Amino acid sequence: MVKIFKTHPIETWLFIIIIATSFILSVLTDQFFTLVNIFDLINSISINVIFAVGLLVVLIAGGIDISFAVAASVVQYVAFYILSYLDGGNWFFGFIIAGLLGIILGAINAGLIHYFRIISIVVTIATFNVFFGLLMFFTKGVYLYNLPDWWVNRVIIFEHEMANGTWAELTLPALVMFAAVLATWFLITYTSIGRQIYAYGDNPEGARRIGINIVAVQFIAYGWMGMMAGIGGLMQAHFMQEIVPNALIGRELDVLAAVVLGGATLGGGKGTVVGCVLGVLLMAIIQNGLNLLGITPFAFKAIVGVIILLAISLSNISFIELKDHLKIKKNS
Amino acid sequence: MKKKLNKLKFLIESEVAGLTVFLVTIVILFSLASPKFLTVNNLSSMALQLPELGLLTLAMLIPILSGGLNLAITYTANLSGLALAWTLKNFGGTNAGIDAFILGCIFALFIGALSGYIIGVVVAYTKAHPILVSLSMMILMRGIGEFMSQGKDITGFPDFVQNIGQGTILGIPIPLIVFTACALIWHIILSRTRQGFGTYMLGSNVMATNYTGISTKKNLIILYTLSGIMCSVAGIIMLARFNSVRVGHGESFLLITVLACFLGAVNPFGGFGRVMPVVIALVILQVLTSGLNILGSNQHLSTALWGGFLIFVMVLRWVWWKLSVNNE
Repeated sequence: MVKIFKTHPIETWLFIIIIATSFILSVLTDQFFTLVNIFDLINSISINVIFAVGLLVVLIAGGIDISFAVAASVVQYVAFYILSYLDGGNWFFGFIIAGLLGIILGAINAGLIHYFRIISIVVTIATFNVFFGLLMFFTKGVYLYNLPDWWVNRVIIFEHEMANGTWAELTLPALVMFAAVLATWFLITYTSIGRQIYAYGDNPEGARRIGINIVAVQFIAYGWMGMMAGIGGLMQAHFMQEIVPNALIGRELDVLAAVVLGGATLGGGKGTVVGCVLGVLLMAIIQNGLNLLGITPFAFKAIVGVIILLAISLSNISFIELKDHLKIKKNS
Repeated sequence: MKKKLNKLKFLIESEVAGLTVFLVTIVILFSLASPKFLTVNNLSSMALQLPELGLLTLAMLIPILSGGLNLAITYTANLSGLALAWTLKNFGGTNAGIDAFILGCIFALFIGALSGYIIGVVVAYTKAHPILVSLSMMILMRGIGEFMSQGKDITGFPDFVQNIGQGTILGIPIPLIVFTACALIWHIILSRTRQGFGTYMLGSNVMATNYTGISTKKNLIILYTLSGIMCSVAGIIMLARFNSVRVGHGESFLLITVLACFLGAVNPFGGFGRVMPVVIALVILQVLTSGLNILGSNQHLSTALWGGFLIFVMVLRWVWWKLSVNNE
C-alpha cells in the first residue's frame, strides 16, 4: 500500500478521493449507490474516456491536440456519407471507416508537426479552424437524423432488472470504452513503440540520439489520437442518435482538464491509463452527484472549475519545498 | 556581434514588411474583385468589427510573450460585461446615468484584474502550466457567468451606452479609438518598461531571469493581471456594441486570438514578438473575412482559411529557416 503511494501518488490520491466522494454521495442521496445510476455513469463517461486515452498518448509524446473533438465531428459526417454510399453498412464497416478517417486526420497533424517543425499547439489550433470551417462550409451546418438503423439502435451488453422494475443496462459505448482503455494500456506499457513514446516525450533530443524512430513515434501518437477521436465520434452519434456539427466543440478542453487531473503533464513523458480514466471518472462523479443533490446545472461548471483549479494547484506544490520553506522561517 | 544584431533587426523589420506587403496585396485583390470592397460602408463595418477581436488578442499577447497562455480571456470578458450590466441594472437600468456607467466600468475592470491576478498567483507559486491554470479558470468563469445570468441575454441599458459602442468621433468609431489606445499602451509597456522587459525575459528563460534578480513571481502576477484588465476592456466594448451581455459571446474568438498572435510573428514558445505585427495580422484577418463576405462566401470558409493561412505562414517560416541554415 505504502509502495503504491510512492510509485503512483496521483492515481492513489484520485482513487481515495473518488471512494470518499462516492461514500459521501451514497450517504447524502439514496439514488447514487444503485446499479442503475452506476451503469448510467459508466455509459455516460465512455465517450470522454475514449477521447481521453487517445489524448493521453499525445500528451505522453510531449504534444497536445486541440483539434480532436472537431476531427470527431468531421469523421461523423464523412463516415455518414461513405456509409450511405455503401447502402447502410454495418458496425464492422462503421468502426473501420471511422477509425481510418480519424487516423488520416491525425496523420495530417503529425505530418505538419514533424516535417515542418511547427509546435503542436499551433498546428492543432490551425487544424481546429480548418476542420471546423470546412465542415460547416460543406455541410452548411445541417443536422443529420436519418442515420442507418444499426447505428442508432441500442446495443445492450449486459442488463439486470431491478426490484422496482427499472432496467440497469450497460450499452455498446461502455464495451468500446473498455476495449479502448485496454488497447491503449497495452500499447503504452507493453510494446516497444509505447515505451519509445514515453522516452521521446521525456527527452526528444535524447530519444533521437539513441536511435528512436521519431517519425514513427509522432505518427503513431497522433494517429492513435485520431483513431480514438473517430471511434469516439462514431459512439457519440450512436449515443445521441443524431449528428450535429457543433455537438462536440468545447469537449476538447474538458477532456484535456480531466486527463491532466489524472497525472499527465504538458511536458510529456508522464501519465498512465489508470490515472487518465480516474480523472474522467472523478469529474463525472462530481457532476452526477451535484445533479442528484438537486443543485442547479448552472452551478455545476463553477464547482468543477474550482475543483480542477485546486487539484492542479495542489498537485504542483512540492510539499518538500514547502516544508523547507517553513523550517527556514522558523529558524530565522 | 553588431552584424548579427543588424541581421536580427532586419529579420524583425522584414516580418512587418512581409505582413504589410501581404495586406496591401489582398486589399488590392479584393478591390479589383468587387467594387463594394473599398467603400466607406465596408471600411466602417470592418472598423467596428476589428476592436473586439483585437482587444482580446492584446489580452492573449502578453501571456504568450511570457511563454504561457491565457485561455480564460473570453469568459473573463463576459464576466466583466456582466459586472457592468449588474451595476447599470442596480442604478436604474435604462435610466442609469453616466456615473453609474463609470462605476460599472471600474467594477468590470476589477473583476478582470481579479481573474488575471488569481491565474498569475497560481502560475507563479505552484509552477503549474499556464494552459492548465487558465483552462480551469476558464471553466470556473464560464460556470459563474452561466450561474449569474442563468444562460439568458441581459439587455436594457441606457441609450448612451450604445452610442459608445456604435458612435464615432471625427468619423472614427469609438471602439477603434479604444483599441488603438490600448495597443499603444501595450506597445509602451512591452518596449519601455521594466515589466515588459521582464516579460520578454521570462519567455526566453525563466531560470536565468530569476538569477538576474528580476522577481519572476511578481512579474508573472502583474502580467496576468494586465491580461485580465484588457479582457475587461474587451467585455465593456462588447456590451456597448451589442447593447446586451450573453455569457458565451465571443467564445469562438479564443483560438483565433492565439492564431492572430502567431500570424503576427510572435514566437509560440515566448520571448519574441511585438505589438505592431500583431495589429497588422489582425487587420489581415479582418480584411480576409470582410472580403470573402462581400464575394459571397460565408463566414465558415474564412474560418477555414484563417487556419490554412496560419499553417502557410508557419511553413514559410520553416522554409526561411532551412534556407538560412543552408547558407551558413
